[in-house]
Amino acid sequence: MRFIPESSEKRVPCFRVLDDNGELIKGSDFQQVSKEVAVKMYSHMVTLQVMDSVLYEAQRQGRFSFYLTTIGEEAINIGSAAALSADDFILPQYREPGVLLWRGYTLQQFANQVFANKADDGKGRQMPIHYGSKKLNYITISSPIATQLPQAVGVAYSLKMEKKDACAVAYTGDGGTSEGDFHAALNFAAVMEAPVVFICRNNGWAISTNISEQFRSDGIVVKGRAYGIRSIRVDGNDALAVYTAVQAAREMAISEKRPVLVEALTYRVGHHSTSDDSTKYRTLDEIEYWKTERSPINRFRNWVERQGWWSEQEETELRSSIKKQLLQAIQVAEKTEKPAITELFSDVYDVPPSNLAEQEKQLKEIIQTYPQDYPTDVPV
Amino acid sequence: MWGIIRQKVAAGGGSPVARIRPVVSNLRNYSSAVKQMMVREALNSALDEEMSADPKVFLMGEEVGEYQGAYKISKGLLEKYGPERVLDTPITEAGFTGIGVGAAYYGLKPVVEFMTFNFSMQAIDHIINSAAKSNYMSSGQISVPIVFRGPNGAAAGVGAQHSHCYAAWYASVPGLKVLSPYSSEDARGLLKAAIRDPDPVVFLENELLYGESFPVSAEVLDSSFCLPIGKAKIEREGKDVTITAFSKIVGLSLKAAEILAKEGISAEVINLRSIRPLDRSTINASVRKTNRLVTVEEGFPQHGVGAEICASVIEESFGYLDAPVERIAGADVPMPYAANLERMAVPQVLCFLYDSSIDGCYKFLVY
Repeated sequence: MRFIPESSEKRVPCFRVLDDNGELIKGSDFQQVSKEVAVKMYSHMVTLQVMDSVLYEAQRQGRFSFYLTTIGEEAINIGSAAALSADDFILPQYREPGVLLWRGYTLQQFANQVFANKADDGKGRQMPIHYGSKKLNYITISSPIATQLPQAVGVAYSLKMEKKDACAVAYTGDGGTSEGDFHAALNFAAVMEAPVVFICRNNGWAISTNISEQFRSDGIVVKGRAYGIRSIRVDGNDALAVYTAVQAAREMAISEKRPVLVEALTYRVGHHSTSDDSTKYRTLDEIEYWKTERSPINRFRNWVERQGWWSEQEETELRSSIKKQLLQAIQVAEKTEKPAITELFSDVYDVPPSNLAEQEKQLKEIIQTYPQDYPTDVPV
Repeated sequence: MWGIIRQKVAAGGGSPVARIRPVVSNLRNYSSAVKQMMVREALNSALDEEMSADPKVFLMGEEVGEYQGAYKISKGLLEKYGPERVLDTPITEAGFTGIGVGAAYYGLKPVVEFMTFNFSMQAIDHIINSAAKSNYMSSGQISVPIVFRGPNGAAAGVGAQHSHCYAAWYASVPGLKVLSPYSSEDARGLLKAAIRDPDPVVFLENELLYGESFPVSAEVLDSSFCLPIGKAKIEREGKDVTITAFSKIVGLSLKAAEILAKEGISAEVINLRSIRPLDRSTINASVRKTNRLVTVEEGFPQHGVGAEICASVIEESFGYLDAPVERIAGADVPMPYAANLERMAVPQVLCFLYDSSIDGCYKFLVY
């Protein structure tokens, strides 16, 4: 009689291509990337970082209600986005704006969303960072954790039925793997043989809950086998490793019609959101260490520069250009009118029901009767 | 307030005897009733026809495939359409509801079956937060053409966790449509409408109605037959009191109307068919005619469907009411199991013969 032990003697190894200094590790499985792709990846990582810094500051200044950053996880965002095709359908958690950025969502569009003005694709319906784009195959962000996981299986099922050369890609954090939906999604994906890639950003923290309090398994990668799912653990701060692993996962998912689990180890450098002060539950030293010495951006930069594809000058130019564009975008977004009152009542159903039409009419009458009680920058 | 309609009938002298007189079966006002169809068959044929007409429609749920459906509603469908369109799911309501919603996001038209709506509670986050609100939150970019269906409300001897009515729960959510059929005509027409509708629809059936037969006309049997969402049906016309009901309670209300007719009271019975959107104009027009309203439902009284109807009528037709609105609902207790207790916990139609010397029996419908 032998019980399977609760943990293996050795932890599951982590796939890496670059070492901490950005040097290629000898003998690693490495997908060569062209200069064009590498530079695009690097500049998007920088753009994401600058966008987060500027918008975070804008929230602290009180210009909009809420923001959350992806600082420290740029390699996962951009590395995975670059490995996917435009037809792959993305179901994010909320710390993956880099994927949207990669696909072409502009800084102005991001700014419009956080300011919830009338130019926002989402008609100002959602709180900040809850963006989405049907055109870019990136579903509107939904706050409840891990609900996107079984939804991704449903999307994958649709793609399989259509025999499309594409997969569904769902992201979650380490905390999200505690949800019932995580279990149901993985179990189901395996049974239904759905072409879905689950990417788990294990960044060590779920608000103030450290992973040691979140689960007792060796991270998330070991859970894949429990459901009959092929899995890999990758260094989430190594952009090339993420790129290589996700590309391979995608290929398997589509050609073999199976789910694949990718656990990307990383660290959440920023606070959970603007509603959080993480210095209350972790040390400043720890944060500083991961911010500077383990930065995915610096690491990738070292490699790109060593290839002769990047320079200090281009770095300075890029950063100042992005910052300028952002400040401009924020100014424009702030000044743009809010969505018209009529958008309060639309899109509840496919065809607007009569009771809402009545309510809209009543509201407009009240506004006309008492204009002084109504804000001037909101169109009727 | 008892959920019982009692009739006091003077009996001859002698010892007080309470005899329960069996209720005469009611004749419904259908014209040219050619064929009889069970509700189960009606639902099955509706699913079959819609799956045949649109390859995007597929069925998903526990036991829907190999087992032919826990209540045999999906009988024969796996054989006809194959495992890609009739999916037997593992036991995870949260899982398969989330998957259904995801499939709908991407353009398929899932019909998700809950073995009973009591189990939908494990998936309610997906129904509300992922399905109902998506079109609005995504500013019209992501529509969710999904149908959630299954038996709802009390059955017989299944206890508290299998007898809850969820009509009021789902009908309070903007973004959802909520339907509840009574007859086979309703079952066919409303399920077809639900499947064709681009919005998420909650379709509340009733286990005890599955085996009941109703007459169906040739029009109803046609594969293009469809009923409009948001329109109630006046099952029986009357002029003294309006009774609103849905699902199984429509049958009870019609029986009650029969009994009242013998007392010289003409009751108008409205089969709501659609809980959200509620057909307020039909209800109000009826109340303006009869000047009295009784709402009947099986579910719990607080914040129930009757409460909404009452509020609607008071807002729109207050001046027409000759008496306060009466709400008849299930007892405000989790459903007990023992048969006698269960009977007392839901509205019933009973008819007692009492000796005229006995007090305590009262008519409460008519003032």
